[in-house]
Amino acid sequence: MGKDISMRALKRTRALPGGGKFSWYKLGNTLTPYLFLLIPLILYLIWVIGPMLYTFYLSLTRWDGMTPPVFYSANPLRNYQRLFRDPVFAISLRNNLRWMISFITIPVVMGLALAMALNRSLPGAKFIKASFYSPMVLSLVVCGLIWSWMYHPARGLINEVLRFLTNNPNLTIGWLSDSQLVMWAIIAVAVWRQVGYVMVLYLAGLQGIDPGLIDATKVDGANGWQTFRHVIFPLLGPVTVIVVVISIIDSLRAFDLVSVMTRGGPYNSSSVLANYMYIQAFNNYRMGYSSAIAVVLFLISLVFIFIYLWHILQDELEY
Amino acid sequence: MSTKQFFRSPWRVLGFIVLVILMLMWLVPFFSALMTAVRTNEDIMRRGFWALPNEITLENFRVAWDRGNLKRYIPNSFIITIPALVGTLFLSSLSAYALARFRFKGNRFILFLYVGGMMLPFQVLMMPVFRLTDALGLYNTHLGIILFHTAFQLGFCTFLLRNYMRTVPNEILEAARIDGCSEFRIWWQIMMPLTVPALAALATLEFTWIFNDYLWAIVLLQDDNLKPVTAGLATLQGQYVMDWTVIVAGALIATVPTVILFIFLQRYFIEGLTLGATK
Repeated sequence: MGKDISMRALKRTRALPGGGKFSWYKLGNTLTPYLFLLIPLILYLIWVIGPMLYTFYLSLTRWDGMTPPVFYSANPLRNYQRLFRDPVFAISLRNNLRWMISFITIPVVMGLALAMALNRSLPGAKFIKASFYSPMVLSLVVCGLIWSWMYHPARGLINEVLRFLTNNPNLTIGWLSDSQLVMWAIIAVAVWRQVGYVMVLYLAGLQGIDPGLIDATKVDGANGWQTFRHVIFPLLGPVTVIVVVISIIDSLRAFDLVSVMTRGGPYNSSSVLANYMYIQAFNNYRMGYSSAIAVVLFLISLVFIFIYLWHILQDELEY
Repeated sequence: MSTKQFFRSPWRVLGFIVLVILMLMWLVPFFSALMTAVRTNEDIMRRGFWALPNEITLENFRVAWDRGNLKRYIPNSFIITIPALVGTLFLSSLSAYALARFRFKGNRFILFLYVGGMMLPFQVLMMPVFRLTDALGLYNTHLGIILFHTAFQLGFCTFLLRNYMRTVPNEILEAARIDGCSEFRIWWQIMMPLTVPALAALATLEFTWIFNDYLWAIVLLQDDNLKPVTAGLATLQGQYVMDWTVIVAGALIATVPTVILFIFLQRYFIEGLTLGATK
């Protein structure tokens, strides 16, 4: 509202010199925001929005990366027809789904629990918080390498600990070579890195809750769980929406860990869409096909991008 | 509540113990990496992870740095990250100012383009951006990857800065306007100094993100001498397949710049994360 008034005031002061007639001054005034936007927006259109649209075209072509893409004029949807018969695509899709479900459950619950536990003055709270979000500072490549070593069948920390706990010196679990385990082993790394992030977001959300409100519910005789269930959690609703959407998008972005730890193996059992896309493009030189995978990935993410935009739009309307 | 009061309840003591155990579990990977990097590969393979090391050595770090070529990869990471960071902050502060402070046709739409792009799984852009850099003669150059990072990060930075700039009281800008100050001067001399806290938070976060990027490094760069440390580590991994102590030492070296940043600018890092997600 305040902005409206000031904008009108601005127009009034600016309109004075030229009166009602055309003036360079007024023209300059309307152009100003566009001048500010000019360079960033051009860069953004060239490198982000343009390529996004171009992916759709590329997905209808045969393209080896060396010669120009050739449009499948007889049957433009050829890449898609192949895609939906491709078992590795199905595996990748399923793995992305597993990743997504793990991401919207484990880190969200853990992050919220940690935020609740740490949102008070505990001894060493600062250090405890820092420990949980420290993995976020590491690149996924570094996380992947460190965990690959921890998963090492003979000498990795995890099997060494299990050997000690089970008292079985011959235990050798192939965390990254067993096709049943591998995907979960990689998702565990991603979860390890994600928990701190969710915790930080919930901690920020908790800062925004009026402590008086919580005191009031306590006075009314609500116990800790009731306060959480009926007061705190509903108040954290907007944060939860953001957390869930970000987690879903992050799960669709899954690439680095898979690429570093297994490259999708063994036998594609840990393949995810982004990694399959990369392999099709740069190992098999089927870049048109790869673009079709990109389009599918884009369409899935679009749903969640719209949820996010809608959420933001609601905030905007409050202005 | 004081610490003493807090621990009066046995349940809270128990809860605290659980929390500390969980925290220690969270730190295990760091512990595992550090323990590994200072030993010889032969020692760890023959005698096991828990055996007391025969000797403590920094040789793995030397090998990773020197023969593993991290001495080349680490500077490359900075050569890519710093210009991209400066570029994206500068340009996004321009577009954020336009979106925060002017009412014009397309304002909302442009904002949504930026926000939508920021949420995009960027792998979707892999093929077209690869083709674009190739067509512009920027494939396998630092400039190409710098430009892409600059452009892609505009979405997040613009969104965040715009929200921050909207919180600046209008009266301050209005006073300058009435004094006849040009919009560009208002942006540079009044808005930018007021935006420093947001810029600092953003810079810390963006540095980490660009520095840690792996995908674009392997898609847009081919020459080993141009690779940043993330892609370099993948090369190192291929070179020293069985030599885990060297690989882990290399990984630890690669974390040094972001960890230092995190230790000194932790507050800004956290601020950036929360600003971005919750406003």
